[in-house]
Amino acid sequence: MQIGTAKHSYQADEALLTTRPQRVWMALFAASLCIAPFVLDNYWLYLACLVAINVASATGLNILTGYTGLVSLGQAAFMAVGAYTVGWMQLNLGTPFLLNLVAGGIIAAAVGIVVGIPSLRVKGLYLAIATIAASFILHFIFVNWQSVTNGNSGLTLTPASFFGTPLTEYQQLYFVFVPITALMVLGAANLFRTRVGRAFIAIRDRDISAEVLGISLLRYKLMSFAISSFYAGVAGGMWAYFFRVVTPESFPFVYSIFFLAAIIVGGMGTILGGILGAVFMTLVPELLRFGIDWLTPVLPNAAAMLSPVRTIVFGLLIVGFLIFEPKGLAEIVQRSRRYFHLWPFKK
Amino acid sequence: MTAPGETGAAHLEVEGLSLSFGGLKALRGVSFSVEPGSITALIGPNGAGKTSMFNCISGFYKPQQGSVRFDGRDVTRMHPPERAALGFARTFQNIALFRGMTVLDNIKLGRHAHMKTGLLQALAYWGPAQREEMELRAEIERRIIDFLEIDHIRNMPVASLSYGLQKRVELARALAMRPRILLLDEPVAGMNREETEDMARFILDVKEEWGTTILMVEHDMGMVMDISDHVVVLNFGEVIARGLPHEVQADPHVTEAYLGSGDPAALMARLKGEAGPADGGSAAANRKTREDVA
Repeated sequence: MQIGTAKHSYQADEALLTTRPQRVWMALFAASLCIAPFVLDNYWLYLACLVAINVASATGLNILTGYTGLVSLGQAAFMAVGAYTVGWMQLNLGTPFLLNLVAGGIIAAAVGIVVGIPSLRVKGLYLAIATIAASFILHFIFVNWQSVTNGNSGLTLTPASFFGTPLTEYQQLYFVFVPITALMVLGAANLFRTRVGRAFIAIRDRDISAEVLGISLLRYKLMSFAISSFYAGVAGGMWAYFFRVVTPESFPFVYSIFFLAAIIVGGMGTILGGILGAVFMTLVPELLRFGIDWLTPVLPNAAAMLSPVRTIVFGLLIVGFLIFEPKGLAEIVQRSRRYFHLWPFKK
Repeated sequence: MTAPGETGAAHLEVEGLSLSFGGLKALRGVSFSVEPGSITALIGPNGAGKTSMFNCISGFYKPQQGSVRFDGRDVTRMHPPERAALGFARTFQNIALFRGMTVLDNIKLGRHAHMKTGLLQALAYWGPAQREEMELRAEIERRIIDFLEIDHIRNMPVASLSYGLQKRVELARALAMRPRILLLDEPVAGMNREETEDMARFILDVKEEWGTTILMVEHDMGMVMDISDHVVVLNFGEVIARGLPHEVQADPHVTEAYLGSGDPAALMARLKGEAGPADGGSAAANRKTREDVA
């Protein structure tokens, strides 16, 4: 049971982790991330890398949609911009892969700013439609700008190399992707301890009074688009190094919906929400597949019969979350924290 | 609040301000001045143009004619964020706090225009960014949270607070803006007597301890008469009286604006005057007809 959290400085009060249990859990989590690549088999490492990529992109979308209140359905298209930038630089310039990832992020951010311009006039569903339009325009460019994107056949990348070692194994990529994603999540958490993050939330909650407080809507809405698509661009770049093929069909429109669903299921406007949502959306379909595998001895035809059921169950889970936990998985974590604050004295 | 150069009471002058929405003339050549360090109340019956006046001063409406001057500088065409940087701070009639945030974050947002942290520093929360945040926190705790007696709610989400406390948090946020002029739109509307007295005390304290110029719109005449130094009365978009509280209270035009003259002939004459050629001086016309009738 936790009795109080007395602090001696404002710095301690405004830290990211304020209580001892939080710090212990975070240390355990970090340790398990370090051990994981030595324990998990190749298949789970593949999933872990995919989760890292999706967490990075979902966190970016959460900054834009969850915190700033600007609904975007263009996240996958921004990832594609990052992926193509990385692919082109890898093939034509041969620059170091970290530089390529940053460049992918920057180009995606630039595209994001342009796509974000309508947000100054339109909100909500209208903005969502505008971002859909933008993602179809980008798709058209990917197909037709042959000299850069190689059209429908796409780009086939050489592996990223780190001091001469090609990164081909999932285990190697894990050591690259997870720290990058961790840094990006840390950056997002920091953002909301400063004036920039507060300005985003102010715009979401009440844009008129935000303006009276001296927050320029133009500047901060576009900044939110830039950060969000920078995150998408870096995530797309990692995706490119992961699958090593980038085609116009690599980032379908449904992938944008995947990210929107992830932050809704995880919890909009919380850092934890973006992470939990991306993990849930990536891993649950796999877990359901395992469930079917376990049923196979009992039901001989399980695989054939239950595969469609898997999609239905996944859909039902999402609908269930919207109904029973509208604030998302992050709220469940908060509630259990509150419960353990008083444990064992609370019934 | 810290460097004397950028603080101190500001002098606000409104001159010949006219605003119309299509054919509706909300303000007709309004002029008044808010003396540095004073509490000036803007009163008038419903629809008199008080809130339109406030929106012109804070930059939401662009008046068709006239000017708003801040320490002699013309700010009529400035956007709200630029005015905030100059030292304009306002509260709203229906509370405009950010409901998803805590009291502390709401107050911190008030300082936004005076802070410097850029995007990259914010992502790293490094060096100057962290220092700036800590200075802000210390100053808010010392000068605002203690002052307004809201230390017990600083970490609560705004949406869970009572109406009176929310109004107080809104004042706190306005104070965090380093105001040189504080615009309060109905600071005690909907409050009970006790809350009203608290708020009146805080407004007087702000004037005395912070030396801020205050302009407020208020319907609670008891409070207006008690705490204002100067009262401006608007009716139908025009200034019909101004002066010390007791002078305004005794002014027959003010009584007439609020209660009517009790004379049907005068009312008919006035309505006729309204319908007549738009001369922009119907209050003067009213006065004349009233005297004629008398």
